[in-house]
Amino acid sequence: MPQKQFGTAAAVDVDAEGFLADFSQWTREIAAAIAKEEGVGELTPAHWKVIEFMQKEFKENGQVPSVRKLNKSGVVSTKELYDLFPGGPAKKAAKIAGMKKPEGCV
Amino acid sequence: MKRLIILGAGTAGTIMANLMRRRLSRAEWAVTIIDRDNEHYYQPGFLFVPFGFYKLKNIVKPRARFLPRGVEFIIAEVDRIDPAASKIVFQDGSDLPYDYLIVATGAYIVPSETPGMLDGWRDTIFDFYTPDGATALADKLAAFPGGRIVIHINETPIKCPVAPLEFAFFCDDCLRRHHRRDKIELVFVTPLPGAFTKPVASKTFGTMLDEKRIQMVTDFNAERIDAAARKIIGYDGREIPYDLLVTVPTNMGSEMIERSGMGNEFRFLPTDPHTLRSKKYENVFAIGDATDLPSSKAGSVAHFQAEILAENLMRAIEGKPLEPAFDGHSNCFIESGKRKAILIDFNYDVEPLPGRFPFPLVGPMPLLKPSRINHWGKAAFRWIYWHILLPGRPIPFVPARMKMAGKKRPAETGGGTASGAGGAKNEKKG
Repeated sequence: MPQKQFGTAAAVDVDAEGFLADFSQWTREIAAAIAKEEGVGELTPAHWKVIEFMQKEFKENGQVPSVRKLNKSGVVSTKELYDLFPGGPAKKAAKIAGMKKPEGCV
Repeated sequence: MKRLIILGAGTAGTIMANLMRRRLSRAEWAVTIIDRDNEHYYQPGFLFVPFGFYKLKNIVKPRARFLPRGVEFIIAEVDRIDPAASKIVFQDGSDLPYDYLIVATGAYIVPSETPGMLDGWRDTIFDFYTPDGATALADKLAAFPGGRIVIHINETPIKCPVAPLEFAFFCDDCLRRHHRRDKIELVFVTPLPGAFTKPVASKTFGTMLDEKRIQMVTDFNAERIDAAARKIIGYDGREIPYDLLVTVPTNMGSEMIERSGMGNEFRFLPTDPHTLRSKKYENVFAIGDATDLPSSKAGSVAHFQAEILAENLMRAIEGKPLEPAFDGHSNCFIESGKRKAILIDFNYDVEPLPGRFPFPLVGPMPLLKPSRINHWGKAAFRWIYWHILLPGRPIPFVPARMKMAGKKRPAETGGGTASGAGGAKNEKKG
């Protein structure tokens, strides 16, 4: 399992694409560092609202919520989500939130 | 008398009716299956209709013909399930109680989920996932003068995830045979990062699209369609113009599931991925496209699930612990044109890999590679579907759980998702 260091935080386990292998190692500092790497920039309160909702869902169901679920939950509209996490919101938000890569259904 | 109700007499429901009638005592159990009509379509056949290979009459039969004696078949509109009271409520207000319920209500295209899609519906925008859609598209293609055909997946998951690829390959093949390929541009648009979800197959299919000069647009999520200007507009601002849009609209479960308050955001029923029991209700099970499982929405999956669901339902009835045996096994033939097809065989943990099927070395069917025998396999499957699959008979040499024997993992590239898992220790080097 490769390791990666974000900012001044201790090195954490990541998969081949840089998704955290262990959600319990996630910190807000790591989130901020991944956001920069992914071209999302500074995390604003609007970003955090999405990240926190996704983490709550992930803890409850063990699944990364779909874009449709985020939209339906009233947390953020799909359009806003694409503005907040340009170029692939489900994947980028999941990565920043310290979750595994969303499973593409086959 | 106790009662098992099966909602939906499609592939999954019909197989379950056959399996459960054999296993449940006729003296103690009534089995009732409910659907809204009596037309059973062989859904893999829809793909062949737009190209004139099949007519609808070649792929439809009465549902009742495939249900065994001793199963009551009710044709009616169900308003909702009342899971707290363990009963089905019909649209006329009458109801029917159950001891156990199997939800097999399938998945449907919902074009209204994308703003603007219905504006051009059956004019310049077509689907091939419905009988009338496939027929209308056949007429449209026959009269299409030339231009840009865009084949589009709106949102995942969709049923038969490889069908849009097959459509693209067939289109290319047909146009070449009619010497019209140079007049038509083919574009494949997907919300996925590649031609398929898993890396090895994605690369194979991506290369095939490239060789057939079919452009691919990836990571594209449609915000809306401007039917008057004939373009799809993405959330990221990209625009894709088309002359003919062949789309797979968002797929969702039955509206009845939503009315029952039992669905997720796609109206799919939250289901345990290994036991197939509802995550919420002890006497409700689900199978096939109606579930929220991360397995393919395909007939072969319903067939593999059926054997496991039948066992678990018997265990539940007898008060025994359920067996968490479903591994996500899926098996699909993908038509690749020139009378060849590709076979893929995979599960939750093992992505589609090259090799031989069903026997290592001898096959006779190669995996993840176009071949004539796979094409004939797919052609023969229509007969197998009606005569072996629906009656709930086992398909020779193809067990419910995936076998690793015969499959070859590519040389380690570092990004392998097919690590570990059930069958790994059976791996044989081909």
